[in-house]
Amino acid sequence: MSHLLIQASTPLCLLQDAGRFGVRHLGVTQGGAADWLSMAWANWLLGNSPDAAVIEITLGGLTLVAKADCTLALAGADLAATIDGQPLKPWRSFVLKQGQTLVFTRPLSGARAYLAAPAGFVAPQVLGSCATVAREQLGGPDGFGRGLVAGDELTYAGHAGQLRELPCELQPVFSANPALDVVMGAQMGAFSGQSTFDAFNSAWTLDTRADRMGIRLLGPALVYQGAPMISEGIPLGAIQVPPDGQPIVLLNDRQTIGGYPRLGALTPLALARLAQCLPGEGVHMRPTTQEAAQRQHVVFMRRFVA
Amino acid sequence: MKPRIEVVAIDCLMLRLFDEIAESNMPWILAASERIRTCFAVHLIELVPSYTTMMVHYDGLGLTPAQARELIAQALTDLRPETRNLGQCHVLPVWYDVSVGPELTLLAQRAGCSVSEVIRRHSEHEYQVFALGFAPGFAFMGLVEEALAAPRLNTPRKRVASGSVGIAERQTAAYPAQSPGGWNLVGRTPSALFDRERDGYSLMQPGDRVQFAPVSHAEFIRLGGDDTPQEALA
Repeated sequence: MSHLLIQASTPLCLLQDAGRFGVRHLGVTQGGAADWLSMAWANWLLGNSPDAAVIEITLGGLTLVAKADCTLALAGADLAATIDGQPLKPWRSFVLKQGQTLVFTRPLSGARAYLAAPAGFVAPQVLGSCATVAREQLGGPDGFGRGLVAGDELTYAGHAGQLRELPCELQPVFSANPALDVVMGAQMGAFSGQSTFDAFNSAWTLDTRADRMGIRLLGPALVYQGAPMISEGIPLGAIQVPPDGQPIVLLNDRQTIGGYPRLGALTPLALARLAQCLPGEGVHMRPTTQEAAQRQHVVFMRRFVA
Repeated sequence: MKPRIEVVAIDCLMLRLFDEIAESNMPWILAASERIRTCFAVHLIELVPSYTTMMVHYDGLGLTPAQARELIAQALTDLRPETRNLGQCHVLPVWYDVSVGPELTLLAQRAGCSVSEVIRRHSEHEYQVFALGFAPGFAFMGLVEEALAAPRLNTPRKRVASGSVGIAERQTAAYPAQSPGGWNLVGRTPSALFDRERDGYSLMQPGDRVQFAPVSHAEFIRLGGDDTPQEALA
């Protein structure tokens, strides 16, 4: 039985989960929700596992109609969602009654919203995941990397419990000019002293060249003084600096190996925050160490699970 | 070999084994991969080998960075290059022809030899798979002999046909699917390089060895090859 009919969509409305693992050495990218934290909260609201299949809606443009009564959950960006014209705020589960229309129009706060369903949307598993990667023709409703399009029907297999709302103090806030924690490493030592200073003391602006592969930051040109690199594995959140000196933060759909020098990589929380920034918005980078970041993340995840 | 461990992300360490690309690296990289898989066991999320390095992505909620470093150090203790030929050897049939390998002529000119000599020299060497990347199943292989090495095209093609075999600098590769690309094309293989239904998905894995076997047009078609000329895609 179908639960939801997609009436309108864009190439940026995608089925996602945590992505593909155990395949990076084959050149297969990770994919998965760019804001992993909002995806996890959307699933938490329904009692799902944190990485159950969700719809990632970037910027808006998605219209769904319920073919049966549905309990769903929404987290992440506020994309001015409405149910039959009535505003629907994120960070809650809700009922979409048979015949009702859910519309996402434009970003009021944040960039990416996550819509979850009980036990996750049913989608073909390709290499262990439904994550949609058009470039690799993997995942999505057809298994070959297609985004959601008008006419697609989605189902889920779980049963909903009581409606929930994420307590205010736990809701991520998308305030302006966020500080993004960077685990210092990789080739950071081979950048000029001025560049190391500039990286952490400049206002960086998101370029319009921003997608699920990477987000380019505009600011002072960073100068790498090391030897040319041989391609090597690239972690999620890596901040690579091509010869023009403008850093690119590599996201879920990044290429798996590359040869540009890197300053290090964003922490998972910084990544989730960056995924909610729009082109033109400003960010700061804040240095941290691997040990400190890891300790903080373990504490954060314990609270999250509890 | 002087191994170094570098921080690359909250839950990733880079193990740097060599400074230069060499075919002789691969037995060491295979041996280290096997040891790291064993030592990390369930805590290993990804192990991404490439030319001179291995990126170790581990479960950051299960291991501290110090524990991860300790496991890598353990894995490297008394490491010996793999001599059992862990990697597989593949023979890839290739139809070398200017219609599917438009840069054959250019490479012949650069090398100062005939096209058939380019084909002979490209196909007589057994290549090592150094890394996979760029696209699923895209294997970077080498080393191509110096005379056949050529820089990437100034303007990459928007569409390179699936199966196309190319050369860039001293590396060679085959495109598993149609994609943009800037390598010098010399021919096309009918072999399926990436197959989601196959165990292991990718025909070639890091550390495998590959030999190209020239085949006739008739054989290429018999093996299921698509002989649409490259220029028809441009």
